[in-house]
Order: sequence, then C-alpha cells, then structure tokens
Amino acid sequence: MFLMWYRTLQLGIKSLWLHPMRSLLTMLGIFIGVASVIWLLAISEGISLEAQRQIASLGADTIIIRSVKPPSEKLSPQGVTPYGLKRDELDMLVSTIPTIRSALPIREIRRQFQYENVTIDGRLVGCTPEYADVTRLKVESGSFITDAENFRRENVCVLAAKVADRLFPGKDPLNKPVYVPESKDFYRVIGVLQHRNASAAIGGSLAAQDFSNDIYIPIRTLQQRIGDTVAMRRGGSFEGEILELNQITLITSSIEDVKTTASLVENALTSHNDMQDIAVVVPLELLEQARTTRMMFMIFMGLVAAISLVVGGIGIMNIMLATVTERTREIGIRRALGAKRSDIVRQFLVETIVLSVVGGATGIIAGVICNPAISLTRDIIKDRFPQTFAALPEVVQKLTPTIVPESIPIAFGISVIVGVVFGLYPAYRAAKMSPIEALRHE
Amino acid sequence: MISTPTRSACSVRDLKKEYVLKGETVRALRGVFFDVPEGDYVAIMGPSGSGKSTLLNMLGCLDKPSSGQLLLGEDDVAKMSDDELAEIRSRRIGFVFQSYNLIQQLTVVENIQVPLFYQGKLGKKESDRCVELAHMVGLAGRLSHRPNQLSGGQQQRVAIARSLVNDPYFILADEPTGNLDSRTTEEILQLFHRLNDEGRTIILVTHEDEVAKRAKRVVRLKDGVVQWDRSNTEESRREAAENAIRNLPVES
Repeated sequence: MFLMWYRTLQLGIKSLWLHPMRSLLTMLGIFIGVASVIWLLAISEGISLEAQRQIASLGADTIIIRSVKPPSEKLSPQGVTPYGLKRDELDMLVSTIPTIRSALPIREIRRQFQYENVTIDGRLVGCTPEYADVTRLKVESGSFITDAENFRRENVCVLAAKVADRLFPGKDPLNKPVYVPESKDFYRVIGVLQHRNASAAIGGSLAAQDFSNDIYIPIRTLQQRIGDTVAMRRGGSFEGEILELNQITLITSSIEDVKTTASLVENALTSHNDMQDIAVVVPLELLEQARTTRMMFMIFMGLVAAISLVVGGIGIMNIMLATVTERTREIGIRRALGAKRSDIVRQFLVETIVLSVVGGATGIIAGVICNPAISLTRDIIKDRFPQTFAALPEVVQKLTPTIVPESIPIAFGISVIVGVVFGLYPAYRAAKMSPIEALRHE
Repeated sequence: MISTPTRSACSVRDLKKEYVLKGETVRALRGVFFDVPEGDYVAIMGPSGSGKSTLLNMLGCLDKPSSGQLLLGEDDVAKMSDDELAEIRSRRIGFVFQSYNLIQQLTVVENIQVPLFYQGKLGKKESDRCVELAHMVGLAGRLSHRPNQLSGGQQQRVAIARSLVNDPYFILADEPTGNLDSRTTEEILQLFHRLNDEGRTIILVTHEDEVAKRAKRVVRLKDGVVQWDRSNTEESRREAAENAIRNLPVES
C-alpha cells in the first residue's frame, strides 16, 4: 500500500514536471496564501505585543486615578474653578480601603527649564520616592528623590534621559542647577534616569505617556514652591488652574484585588461624578481589552488568509480540471489497463496535494523570513529616504513582527486541506468518465 | 505455456446489449454465441454497425452486457461491479489498440508495466519481466525511450509487450494494424503468429480480409448476431502470409 502511494507520488511529480510553468503558477496561489497568513499574523502579533507591553508597564496591580479638566459647562463662568483630586481624598482612600498597599500622588505642570543659555519645554513632575519603582524608572547616575528630601521640601530634581541630553549637552548634569523661570526657582540635579519607552495612553489622552521630557522633584517641594494655583501661558493669554493632584497611582496588595478595589475607589470618589473631573484607569482591564482586541485581530486576519487560500485552491481546481480534460485519453488507457476509479482519484489527488504542499512549504519558508525581510526593508528605507522614514508612524518604524508558532502548522494544514478539497472534484470528474468514451477522446 | 484445448479462454452465450441513444433504443448485440478455446486465434469481422466494437468492449470488460453470459476463463464477468471489472482487466486481458494508446510521459518499460502497477505489483521481479518482454518484441535498444521517440510499428510492439505482461486469458487487439503501413503490418502479424504458436490466445477485430485470413478462425458479425463462424485451413493461412510478403513494396 505504501509502495503504491509512493509510486503514485512519483508519477504525479513526473506529470507535474511535464508542465513546469503551469505547476509553478498554480503553486503560487497557495504560496502567497500561506506566506500571507504567517506575515499577517506575525505583524499583528508584533503590534499587539507592543501594546500589551506598554500597558503592562503601567503595572498590572495598579489603579490610576487622573484628574481631567471638566467640560466647560461645569466650570463657573467667572474666576478659576478648582477641580480634580484632593490631598484629603488621597488620605481618605488610603485609610479606608485596606487592599491599597500604597498610593503615589503626582502633580505635574508644564514648565520651561533653563541651564546657562539653553531653554527647553518640559513637564515638572512632583512625586514621591516610590514613583520610580512603580513606573519602572531606572536611575542612570546619581539617585532618585528620597523621603528625607521630600519631607524637607528640598529644591532637588531628577532629569529624564532626554532632558539631560538637551539641557546639558556633553556635560555631566549632576549637582548643576536647573532654573525654572516661571517660578524663579533653582533645582539641584541629584540624578539622571535611563531612557524609557513610552507607555500606554491613560486618562483619555490619545498620546502614549512619554516620560522623556520630565523633571522630577519632591511633591512637597512643588506644593510649597508652586502651590495648587498655577498660571499657564496658552496661546499668548494666561490661564489659571487650581488643582491639588494630577494623578494618584494606587498599588493594590495583589492582582486579584484590582477590580474590587477599583470599584470601591470609584464609589468613594462619587463626588467627582458630577464634575466629570476624574478618570479611573485600570491597566489590568486595558490588558484584558488588548487581549480581546488581539483575538479579534487574529480572527480577522485568519479570515483574510482563509480567503486567499480559497482563491489559491480555486486556482488549483481550475488547473486540475483543465488537466483532467487534457489527459482524458490517458485516463481511458489507464482504466482499460486495470485502473479502478479509486486509482484515478488517487492519481489526481496526489497531484493536487503535491502542488499545494510544495506551495505551502515554500510559503512557510517565505513566512518565516518575515522578520529579517521587514527589518531589511526598513533599513533600506532609512538609508535611502530618511525623510520618508521619519514621516512613517511610530508603529511602523518600530514594528517587529513576532511569528505566531501555531500559524506554521495551521497554514501548512490548511494548504494540505485545500489541496484535498479542491482536488477531489477534478479527480472525481476524471474517475467518473467511462473508459470507452475516454479512449475515444482525441 | 502449453494450452489444453479443452479449456476455454472465453465463452459468449446469448450476449445482448442495448443502449439508448438520443431517445432511441439501439440493439447493438442481439444474442451472440461463440467460444474461444485457449490457444485459438480468432478474427472478428463485420461492417460498421454490426456490433463489432460493442462486442469488443464486452470482451474487454470495458462495458457490461444487458443480458446473456460472458465467461472469461472461470470468471463470469457479466454481473461484475466496476471495480471487479477493473481487476479482471488488469489481470486477465491484454489490450492492443489501433492507435497504440501508450502513455506519453512514461518510458517503454514503464508503459509495459502499467497493468502490473494496478495489480500492486511494483517489485524488481516485475520490472525485470517488462525488460524481458521488451527484448522479446524487439525493442531491446529502446527501453527508456518515450512513445514520441518511436515509430508506429515500434509503439505497437510496446503495446503488444504490455498486453502480455499480465499473462492474460487472451490478447484483445482492436484493428492493431489499422494505422500501419503494409511492411509494419506484416511485422506485427508475424509477431501475433509467433505468439499464437507459443500458445497465446488472440482475439483480433479487423475489417481487412488480408488480416483476417491470417487467423485460425473468422467470426463475422452482422446486425448484432454472428453471421458465420468458420476456420481457415493451415494452407490458406500460409498462402495468405506468402501473398502478403510477395506484395510488399520493394525496399528502395
């Protein structure tokens, strides 16, 4: 039996070899189908993993509460309306909800920073020492803010890597003063952070959280030096803002407590519902959402791939039907010499399976080189057309396709199935012919 | 392979075949009787429409009779299923066609091997036998040629070698010389004669008297029945052979 299939296979290859161009073009359909399955899945997986990484970097066991500017009809027409999170509320949350392990208040203000003749725009972030750990900021040199510095409200600051580069090009920023012209303060640099990738957008803003323009100072220092009322320049006119805290990051005692804690927090902050001035972000939920999105993406991609494979299959069927007609005489001869219907079915089925399997296998090879192919193309674009490259969205620039391991056996299996399914009808047509009529065929 | 005259290679009893063509029932065979003992050499003749081809299809197990009995050796093939008929074709019948019907992508040896392929016999012993048969029909130097590299006569020799490969009850030849010139025809007829002398049974369908005269026996069909069935004497056969050789065109 095995020998029979082996010989039929030999015969099939021989017949396909008689028309190399035709066989090649037929395989192309399956090749493209399989390669595109692997590519599409790898690209979507790459994007999805990046999204998940960004969300995970917010911390899966955290709950983030952000103050957001309320809609204008909620603001009183005159003067400046205070809004957002209060320090009292922070104390209230920490003291009443036992599943909160710690809480990090943050106050952030857009400011200009100066050193000698360099001035840059950035974000002044008042925070506590734990902030570095929770947001996974690593210190490159010096140290992060300490409890003592926060308690004593010292004028010290820690620079993000990019700020350090821009404000102190080629110089060591440690122990140098950074001047904030708007509040006429100097802050001594005590540490510089390592570069950090952006994390997922939170609090309704679309942009990813970018930590690269931050200068961190103790939150108590900020409270004393700048206070809750801040005047900001915006388009030439000044705008006021009364806000105690921009954000509270709550760290729960375990991931299981995240959801219950989040609903408790939301209930506790009901007074804000009316103002619509806070947003509660649960990274865990975002993560789950991202996974659901990934599933949907995969299904969608699968559908696209399935369509292309079906198109490839129809190509195979088309060619095989033509082949069956062309080889009617041969079928008649074989039937007269003792071939059963099943022998004829097997012969044609083997040919379609060979076509689809070879197409599938080469498709897999093309699929697996997806990653090097994309980075090569990217490097070429980077070299030849730097401007075009810079204009590309960041997702495209940083895209690293991740091959989904399951996609390889699935693609291969599908290509075999396509071969069988679309080969059956032509094979059946071939076997159904009466040997007498087939012999008469010219 | 010594024949025992009592055994019958093929026995046809009241064979009838009807089929419907464009709404009309065509009675192609209306009750044919004849026997072919082993070692016989029968020529079936008849004008077109006499049922010759239909009978040939029945004998070759390519078609099933509407009624009647058809014994090939001990096998009653009249009521066999499609797969059983295929089995009989691969084991018991050696086809030789007018247009050779070789498979173009296969070599001489591979073509000879096709009936064995469908018996699942794919070993070394079988391919040795095919080479041997190719030698026997005089194609020793062309074992790996393809049909389109051979002349008509050579192709027909391959077909004859193929018909012998399964040790059939009989060789069923359908106008085997119809596409050949007189010299090649003579070669093929001599090959048939030799095979018959060696004990092979041959059933040959032809419309040429010259060809029919060389057989041991002629069965003439007309309108779906046997019109006459007579034997050729040894003498008349020899005479026909000599005539044929005498009438060959002089080789230039």
